[in-house]
Amino acid sequence: MSGGPAIRTDRLRKVFGERAAVKDLTLLVEQGEVFGFLGPNGAGKTTAMKMLLGLIAPTSGTASVLGAPIGDRRALARMGFLPEHFRFQEWLTAREFLELHGQLCNMNPRDLKLRIGELLDRVGLSEYRQKQLHTFSKGMLQRIGLAQALLNRPSLVFLDEPTSGLDPIGRRLVRDIIHELRSLGTSVFLNSHLLSEIEVTCDRVAFIRHGEVVRVMEWRSLEAGQTVATLHVRNLSAQALEGLTRWGQDVHAEGEQVSLSVPSESALPEIVRHLVAHGADVYSLVPNRKSLEEIFIETIGKDGGL
Amino acid sequence: MNNIWVLARMTFREAVRRRIVLTGVVLGVCFLIIFTAGFHFIISQIGTSAANLSAQSNSPGLARIARTEGINLLLLAGLYAVTFLSVAMAALLGADTLAGEISSGTIQTIVTKPIRRSDVVLGKWLGFVGLLALYVLLMAGGTVLSVLVQTGYTPDHLVAGLALIYLEAALIMTISLACSSAFPALATGGIVFGLWGLSFIGGWIEQFGSLLQIPTAVKVGIITSLIIPSESLWRRAAFEMQTPLAGALGMSPFGTISVPSLLMITYAVIYLFASLAVSVRIFQRRDL
Repeated sequence: MSGGPAIRTDRLRKVFGERAAVKDLTLLVEQGEVFGFLGPNGAGKTTAMKMLLGLIAPTSGTASVLGAPIGDRRALARMGFLPEHFRFQEWLTAREFLELHGQLCNMNPRDLKLRIGELLDRVGLSEYRQKQLHTFSKGMLQRIGLAQALLNRPSLVFLDEPTSGLDPIGRRLVRDIIHELRSLGTSVFLNSHLLSEIEVTCDRVAFIRHGEVVRVMEWRSLEAGQTVATLHVRNLSAQALEGLTRWGQDVHAEGEQVSLSVPSESALPEIVRHLVAHGADVYSLVPNRKSLEEIFIETIGKDGGL
Repeated sequence: MNNIWVLARMTFREAVRRRIVLTGVVLGVCFLIIFTAGFHFIISQIGTSAANLSAQSNSPGLARIARTEGINLLLLAGLYAVTFLSVAMAALLGADTLAGEISSGTIQTIVTKPIRRSDVVLGKWLGFVGLLALYVLLMAGGTVLSVLVQTGYTPDHLVAGLALIYLEAALIMTISLACSSAFPALATGGIVFGLWGLSFIGGWIEQFGSLLQIPTAVKVGIITSLIIPSESLWRRAAFEMQTPLAGALGMSPFGTISVPSLLMITYAVIYLFASLAVSVRIFQRRDL
């Protein structure tokens, strides 16, 4: 496996007729990273993903996926994909469906057989393996689709809205599988508008609006910004309060409650030291990370980017 | 090659599971039953008339000739119907396959596997070529067998005739596949049946032109055959299988007067593979 990034795009653009679905996509996704691609409906998320998979040819710009140009078959052999509005070969049974997709990945028959058993177990469909897919519910189809995306033990998995239409148990399953993939060192590129999903699964998120990336941020690391610290402090001097602006913005004091937003949680001990040094009594400090929803609205706008 | 084979098998399995094969077989068997019954009643009437004719003219050979001509005419009528049904089957098989999977998104998890896009088209084509072979064999073979069992008659150049009927079905299916890689299923159906209708009319214009010796009409027919050579394959098949007498008289409605040349048959084969190449080319380039 090459040591380069999982995905690198440079000014990728796709125009359908008059409309640019993706305007200027420049992205870097590292190997082993769970990367969330966030944006309102119609922002160009699916088009971007399809370009990376070679389903749609970019109008301009370049990209490499797993170190190879888009559509490279050796790279595709190491990728998995769960499309959004998928329909599968419904006349196939669950097992036959996975067999077909495994054969197309050139898996050897014995390995494929083991892998199918393993994945059917993992997505909880073992007892339905002989059932044709047209008898499956939406949730079951999503599960078999996920199994399909993981057959070849990919290094990079594309999931387009993997939890839409799933019940809470199904959503939990998707989340757990993403965690497992991360622990295996697999890169995951996740399209979603379900913020709660991104919030609990992603290392980094990119916000896309009108076909452009408007913001990329670290999400998982503690260094990530957007923490609101709320303190309960007595004997706070005006000077000590004034000094807080050194670490953060939006300093508010009301009675014994003080709040400020800090760019990084590493500032918190220094804030406490500062307050104590200025004779204040600190009773509590509660860091509250801004929810992704707040950041989303802040970034995309209340109009949802329409 | 392995991928093409996997996809061909899937195409075959799809036809079986989605009851396309079952429908084809059930309707085919109905057709054969009706043909057999109709043939039985008509041929016994022809036999009686021929016997009367030979009794009056006191020439047993004439009766035999009249009977053979009657059988051949009916057989060709049956095979003409079979050709039409095979063409319809071929057009429908080809029309929905790529267009349907593109619009439903089924194609997305297939073409993102480490395969060539051409494998998808070639695999489907191979699957359909196999299905059509079975269908034509069942229908045309059944028709010929029915006549053989009832009368002991088989036409001349049977294998060549059946091969040409099969070639026509394969040609229509391939054209349908090519359209299906660019247009929605319904539009594809419209285009393919339209083309087939064009070739049908062109064929008849050529026939009448030849019969009435109007060179311009014959030219129109040939030009139509160049646009779409499907009907000329049937006319060549009929030419191969008709009796020498019918050929000499040039009178049979299902036989043929203006015979498509072997060059035209070669052209049709080239046309088929060119359509396949176009299908691959379009499918390789389009956004899915």
